Amino acid sequence: MSDLRELYQEVILDHGRKPRNFGPLEDANREGHGHNPLCGDKLDVHVKLHDGVVEDVKFEGAGCAISVASASLMTEALKGKPEAEARALFEKFHALTTGTEEIGLDELEALDKLAVFSGVRDYPLRVKCATLGWHTLNAALDQDEDMVVTE
Amino acid sequence: MTAETKIVPASGFDVERIRADFPILAKPVYDKRLVFLDSAASAQKPQAVIDAETYVYESEYANIHRGVYLLSQQATVAYDNARKKVAGLLNAASAREIVFTRNATESINLVASSWGRANLREGDQVILSQMEHHANIVPWQMLREEIGIELVVIPINDAGELVWEDYEQAFTSRTKLVTMTHVSNALGTITPIAEIIRVAHGHGIPVLVDGSQAVPHMPVDVQALDADFYVFTGHKLYGPTGVGVLHAKAEHLEAMPPYQGGGDMIATVTFEKTTYADIPQKFEAGTPNIAGVVALGAAVDYVEALDRQAALDHEQALLAYATERLSAMNSITIYGTAAEKAAVVSFAIEGDHPHDIGTILDHEAIAVRAGHHCAQPVMDRFGIPATTRASFGIYNDFDDVDALIDGIARVQEIFG
Repeated sequence: MSDLRELYQEVILDHGRKPRNFGPLEDANREGHGHNPLCGDKLDVHVKLHDGVVEDVKFEGAGCAISVASASLMTEALKGKPEAEARALFEKFHALTTGTEEIGLDELEALDKLAVFSGVRDYPLRVKCATLGWHTLNAALDQDEDMVVTE
Repeated sequence: MTAETKIVPASGFDVERIRADFPILAKPVYDKRLVFLDSAASAQKPQAVIDAETYVYESEYANIHRGVYLLSQQATVAYDNARKKVAGLLNAASAREIVFTRNATESINLVASSWGRANLREGDQVILSQMEHHANIVPWQMLREEIGIELVVIPINDAGELVWEDYEQAFTSRTKLVTMTHVSNALGTITPIAEIIRVAHGHGIPVLVDGSQAVPHMPVDVQALDADFYVFTGHKLYGPTGVGVLHAKAEHLEAMPPYQGGGDMIATVTFEKTTYADIPQKFEAGTPNIAGVVALGAAVDYVEALDRQAALDHEQALLAYATERLSAMNSITIYGTAAEKAAVVSFAIEGDHPHDIGTILDHEAIAVRAGHHCAQPVMDRFGIPATTRASFGIYNDFDDVDALIDGIARVQEIFG
């Protein structure tokens, strides 16, 4: 069994307690709604997409430390990134948290702070928490107004 | 906490002997002693139940109610005996009143589908409580979609008790059924089910009782209650998964149309006309969970061999001890503070999400439920998305409560 601190790293605890970019986004033009029925977590992601670039992104909702910290760090990572890069980053993040493929050093670098979620791969039941914000972001970018449900 | 300062209340129940009957409790999890506090979701199984299911397959297995050969006859006798045992457990008037299903959910769906479609019309009202499990909400909502019945929801108060005046005043000329839990799975509340039935019968209205959380904890007498329908599931009563029970008064079962059609539920079949078997076979179409039913019979034997009052007192002592210790901690709110409770404690730690709490407790080999407990209206009632729930069975002891408290201290240490 891995150490709990691998999962609950200081950065995660910090962002879980004090999420960044948390709240409404007035001039958002993309909205996503996410729900994890297993634990009742609900997150909304607001995106301001302009000329294919994520100019601003914020989120709101309630969830566990993992899901809130993940959404918080996601918003920090995405600001100013082209949409295609944002989607590619989710692919890398997904691979990191599920452990489905080896992550190269280059990719770890690209993930930057998001690499703190590597511990999640030892907790298959918590992968949904870590990816809820990202799935919701994807729905926003796809202009899918339906609730994203992770089950 | 050191051994010197630990106050261990005595309950006069030989829990060590009980624990020895459950092989899983002796198996370490993460190299630690398993602290299993999720019996309300599903209970662990004693060796007697495991052996009974194995014995069927090893020694007495064949399809029932068919073969003229010895094995089929033995399997049929074992199956029918299990029905008698369940009838005895509930003090049903007859084993004919016991129908085996897959689980309590299917038992309720059977009543909704068969009795409901035959007896409910557009505008008719079904009374239920705000603390029902989804299994006792959704089947009735499906009838609402199909027929246009109305659901009348009786609220619960801050303690998680049924608001009695609202219940008494809920009856109208359109009321056709009351369907109510005996014990809330999310809050532990024991409802005044005898009084609930008495009031309903005063209006000439039948009552379905969801006893899934009651039967594992306390003796239930369906004749004394005068329950029209009483359902529970085997796996919460230390029995196998895949077997549920519907008890219904014979007069209801005889009047109800079949739930599913097929083999075993017929008397004669021609392409022009089929006549149905007598109750309860009329409601048991197809090959049932033979080994599971026999193992449920073994679970009933196991439970009935206990001093049930002592077992109940033991669980109540655990509940009181857990409640006292949790109440003494900072930033903890207990949801469900009814005067009459089964051994279930649902709680929140301020600032900490149940899912995180569950993960950290899991690291200490403490199994709790984190979530909405399939009772989202209860969560909505208290304005919370989820709780952490510790639920106790006959095999839990005071060390389990101490471990839970230490685990929560660890949660608070990690989250500061």
